[in-house]
Amino acid sequence: MTTSTETIEQLASREYQHGFITDVEQETIPRGLSEDVVRLISAKKQEPAWLLEWRLQAYRMWLTMKEPTWGNVKFDPIDYQNMIYYAAPKKKPVLQSLDEVDPEIRRTFEKLGIPLDEQKMLSGVAVDAVFDSVSVATTFKEKLGELGIIFCSFSEAVHHHPELVRKYLGTVVPYSDNFYATLNSAVFSDGSFAYIPKGVRCPMELSTYFRINAKDTGQFERTLIIAEDGAYVSYLEGCTAPMRDENQLHAAVVELVALDNATIKYSTVQNWYPGDKDGKGGIYNFVTKRGKCQGVNSKITWTQVETGSAITWKYPGCILQGDNSIGEFYSVATTNNWQQADTGTKMIHLGKNTKSTIVSKGISAGHGQNTYRGLVKIAKGAKGAHNYSQCDSLLIGDRCGAHTFPYLEIKNSTAKVEHEASTSKIGEDQIFYCRQRGLSTEDAVNMIVSGFCKDVFRQLPMEFAVEAQKLLSVSLEGSVG
Amino acid sequence: MLTVRNLHARVAGREILRGINLEIMHGEVHAIMGPNGSGKSTLARVLAGHPEYEVTAGEVTFEGEDLLEMDPEERARAGIFLAFQYPVEIPGVNNAYFLKAALNTVRKQRGLEELDAMEFMTLVRERMKQLDMDESLLSRPVNEGFSGGEKKRNEIFQMAVLEPKLGVLDETDSGLDIDALKVVAGGVNAMRNADRAFLVVTHYQRLLNYIVPDQVHVLTEGRIIRSGGKELALELEEKGYGWLEQPVGG
Repeated sequence: MTTSTETIEQLASREYQHGFITDVEQETIPRGLSEDVVRLISAKKQEPAWLLEWRLQAYRMWLTMKEPTWGNVKFDPIDYQNMIYYAAPKKKPVLQSLDEVDPEIRRTFEKLGIPLDEQKMLSGVAVDAVFDSVSVATTFKEKLGELGIIFCSFSEAVHHHPELVRKYLGTVVPYSDNFYATLNSAVFSDGSFAYIPKGVRCPMELSTYFRINAKDTGQFERTLIIAEDGAYVSYLEGCTAPMRDENQLHAAVVELVALDNATIKYSTVQNWYPGDKDGKGGIYNFVTKRGKCQGVNSKITWTQVETGSAITWKYPGCILQGDNSIGEFYSVATTNNWQQADTGTKMIHLGKNTKSTIVSKGISAGHGQNTYRGLVKIAKGAKGAHNYSQCDSLLIGDRCGAHTFPYLEIKNSTAKVEHEASTSKIGEDQIFYCRQRGLSTEDAVNMIVSGFCKDVFRQLPMEFAVEAQKLLSVSLEGSVG
Repeated sequence: MLTVRNLHARVAGREILRGINLEIMHGEVHAIMGPNGSGKSTLARVLAGHPEYEVTAGEVTFEGEDLLEMDPEERARAGIFLAFQYPVEIPGVNNAYFLKAALNTVRKQRGLEELDAMEFMTLVRERMKQLDMDESLLSRPVNEGFSGGEKKRNEIFQMAVLEPKLGVLDETDSGLDIDALKVVAGGVNAMRNADRAFLVVTHYQRLLNYIVPDQVHVLTEGRIIRSGGKELALELEEKGYGWLEQPVGG
């Protein structure tokens, strides 16, 4: 036992592997938020007047709002006037190929194991790399272009496809939605935009790697994905961040729109800096993600593997408006050391015969606190709606916590709603059994945990599932003593 | 191969083993018998390094090494295999995946190359056939939803794949019907050779009709009170453990 404890302590003291800082000149604006700052951001991005007006409406609304306090998370007050709301790499050339990307940035991606060129050649993944707030590289555009698929940064979309942005922006997450989404609406910097035209099946996984890099810069990405009638798209979002000593706010908004018979799969692996083992530092991840199944027979699937961040506050949800539409949410959330997560989903059934599935796996270790919070709402007109929810919690050690808050609002008597929940502890006997077969404690825990998460992992595209599993084992290092 | 001297061990503050002495040579099969609560399973678990048990005195050497200094996984890699009395379920973890990870860890320790998926499957199919096991068990989660008999058979199957130097069978016969018992015993007998030894813990003599031991030890209240040949087991079957409650001198 002594030996294994020592090993575990060594593992626990291992530094966050992705903690390094890239030296790229940053263009930033002064700290603080005011109407002038909102105007400045919009001007820097050369936005049309309607978008500036939208931002200003959001900003004015935000001034009247208060931070939500219902989350099961604790943190010191955020000083919104002490943040920088815009940062972009200074050199912003128009890029024809990856060779033109700043070598320093290229090296950063390589350190993260994301060599863009290899990905381009080998995996058939089109990568829209968001480095801080502005996109610096976009690949596969031509190939996608032939099919009429638009995949670009949000800013580019504003310039080249303003009619689409204007038509859909804020239709799923209105600027008045909640404190963080409203803040995002006022100051969002950049993000991704994807549009899949009628009847087109996107032939590759669309992927974006986000990265927080500028010191004290809140990240306010905005992503909008639209799948027209009969279209299909699978979008992957993966994140890592450099080691920082101060808390950083991340308040992103993602909106998905699926029209008749369209399918959108949105998968996230989130690995932002979780803070050190004493709970110092780490990212505040306060994100609003929502999809609207607007058309009949449409389908939206959220899959998330949340291993990072000091605090996670996110509820990717689906508005099931079209008849026979389907919403799915598959989630693995881990909290180790002093991490806190309050995450889950909202399934809003409006259309007839709408279906939703929720599979949530929470893993708590160290002093981690893990909360599942999920709403299933079945509106009066949603005849024949069906929901199945399964929420399982796994505890490692005896200092962590797992909490479950399911909310049900059912206004139609034909609804069928099933909820299953379980809480279990990784058993000493399971670990001993594995060790008796020659596996180390660490491997045993990884194996047991990935078995626990299997139902979620199998929703991820293959290469992503492997990455997710790796992240999971890194994030739980040192959790068993 | 295995030398146990004056071994004392306790669990939850209660002393269970009170001075065990045992010597197992290469190629031998030893049986440990005794009434319920005598410490048979404790001995098996202590040899495997179960963290709940605390060794308070004595020494154990395995192939010349101090066994008590080793972590459970080090013991496993050194060649000790424990067939569990109650095999543990690991939901969501594929049986084949689990066994392949274990085998490759053990092989690495022995300086052998890791097996790839094809080689592994060839080996595994052969062993399953010997134990008359359904191949579908491979793709099911470890022990989850297995019947009692399937679990026990799975333990012997794992042992047959991992090829340990010392197999410790903890009441592998309990809960098995006679046909399953014969299959399990057949699996063990097929593995017997001049280098490999077995320690078979059992409550009943029945198993020893099929796995014939070189020596039988009777454990009562944490001590071996009698050792003998295979005929000792038959005597016990006939007279019960009460017959030995008063230790006979010599």
